[in-house]
Amino acid sequence: MNADEIANCLSEEFGDAITGKNVEAMDPWVEIAPEAIADVAQFCRDDEQLLFDYLRNQSAVDYLITDARKAKKLEIEPRLEIVYHLHSYPHGHDLVLKVLLPRWKGDVEGELPECPTVSHVWAIADWHEREIFDLMGVRFTGHPNLRRILCPEDWVGHPLRKDYEFPLEYHGIRCQ
Amino acid sequence: MSYTIEDPADVEFDVRTDELLINMGPQHPSTHGVLRLVLRTDGEVVIDAVPHIGYLHRCAEKIGENLSTIEYIPYTDRMDYLSGMNMNLGFAVAAEKLMGTEIPPKAQYLRIIIAEMNRIASHLVGMGTYGLDLGTFSPFLYAFREREKILDLFEEVCGARLTYSYITVGGAHDDLPDGWLDKCLAFLDYFEPRIEEYHTLLTRNHIFIKRTANIGVISPEMAKSYGCSGPVLRGSGVNDDLRVSRPYLPYDEFKWEVEVAPFDDAPEETVVGDCWNRYYVRMREVVQSVSLVRQAAKAYVTAEGSHRADLPRALKVPVGEVYVETECPRGAMGFHVVGQDDPKPLRCRAKSSSFCNLSVTGALAPGVLIADLSAIVGSLDIVMGEIDR
Repeated sequence: MNADEIANCLSEEFGDAITGKNVEAMDPWVEIAPEAIADVAQFCRDDEQLLFDYLRNQSAVDYLITDARKAKKLEIEPRLEIVYHLHSYPHGHDLVLKVLLPRWKGDVEGELPECPTVSHVWAIADWHEREIFDLMGVRFTGHPNLRRILCPEDWVGHPLRKDYEFPLEYHGIRCQ
Repeated sequence: MSYTIEDPADVEFDVRTDELLINMGPQHPSTHGVLRLVLRTDGEVVIDAVPHIGYLHRCAEKIGENLSTIEYIPYTDRMDYLSGMNMNLGFAVAAEKLMGTEIPPKAQYLRIIIAEMNRIASHLVGMGTYGLDLGTFSPFLYAFREREKILDLFEEVCGARLTYSYITVGGAHDDLPDGWLDKCLAFLDYFEPRIEEYHTLLTRNHIFIKRTANIGVISPEMAKSYGCSGPVLRGSGVNDDLRVSRPYLPYDEFKWEVEVAPFDDAPEETVVGDCWNRYYVRMREVVQSVSLVRQAAKAYVTAEGSHRADLPRALKVPVGEVYVETECPRGAMGFHVVGQDDPKPLRCRAKSSSFCNLSVTGALAPGVLIADLSAIVGSLDIVMGEIDR
């Protein structure tokens, strides 16, 4: 199926949970409401027409432009985006799912936003989500083992956030 | 500094009387760098293995957000440092796709020659160190003898032996030196007959087959679910090579084959998806790479254009995003680049193939012997620099 057909197929099944799409993009994407992502992922993997059995990549992007003039010019709303790159071996088609999250839960700085896990759908999402939690600060609800994977257990903050401040020292080691 | 452990899984406290907790690594020779495996064992049998990674974490993705694309190239070959050329290529292809840069034909063939030569060097290390993991030293010496010659060739091309930064956005930063191609082809003539030596020494060695056949079997479903790629995926019988399925260079002009299990000449003890098949995919790929380099060398001589496209001085990454995977020796290395109409990208995600391949270890470990665990981890052929980035 081409991207347009896949997007329509998802819209028929999930209705309002599909909040946006762009099938003209280099990698066509469909935007999913955060609370529906686990169901959509399960459907994408198991539906006979879709059969997305391979999660190529899962990553997060922090859309926060710190330069005010530039932010105004680009008109980018501050947000976090979780991106899922899917591939289907039986059908040979691709899709990108996107989930838009607020940068902080309830706009309270320090409260991590939440997103349902897809680690029960694709096993590799387990590690990808741990990495996103570690570096980008997103709490994946229902994840079996959500702890830091690359940074040490007692690291403070999430380094890939655009407003992350580097620590002055770590266990007596000067960092700046 | 006080630190309280909130999560009991952080340190595996909960051990039964007859169980033993073994810390394998991060300085263990068979963990290929700084990988730490915490094993819960009952005698010789592993009950559980938890990989701990991050010892080499340098936050390469954050660095990428603070540099222009060309400035970021030297950081990519510090990811998978055994195949720096392929890492450079992966990021360059992603950046070019987003910026809409066309690459001259000559540069494309040059890239194939270089990338395939590096694949040979990388698979040689893979073979040599796999022998070390299983307790045989001599294949390692043979592998490094040949790899040394490839490194000499690379040194002549770009001055570096490990971190090349040779392939860059728009092509490659210099053309091949005069007479280099002849030396390269002479090396291939020297090298090709020696592949049979490795097979005699290792592939068809009785002990080697005993140690690898039917060990660490990854089913095709499991390989897909864990996002495995490269030789690990093809060793499980899934026919996917990005050079064919998502071509980023003119590989389709040449005559070659994707190596995928099962093989006709496999010993009968082996099953699809075991350590032996993963190893053998690599060895067969070396032969394909030799043939690809020869064909690309022929095409390179008559190709038009230069070794690098003319690029504007201020190279801006436009608004938009792209995700490109390239077939590196260890699997599909992906770069997810998001632009913001600035030389510096907004996001520069590097999806590592070894990261995904390693994640399968925890699922393979229960029930195997400790010695087999190093056979399994070795067969995945991981490089920690790429996993931790």
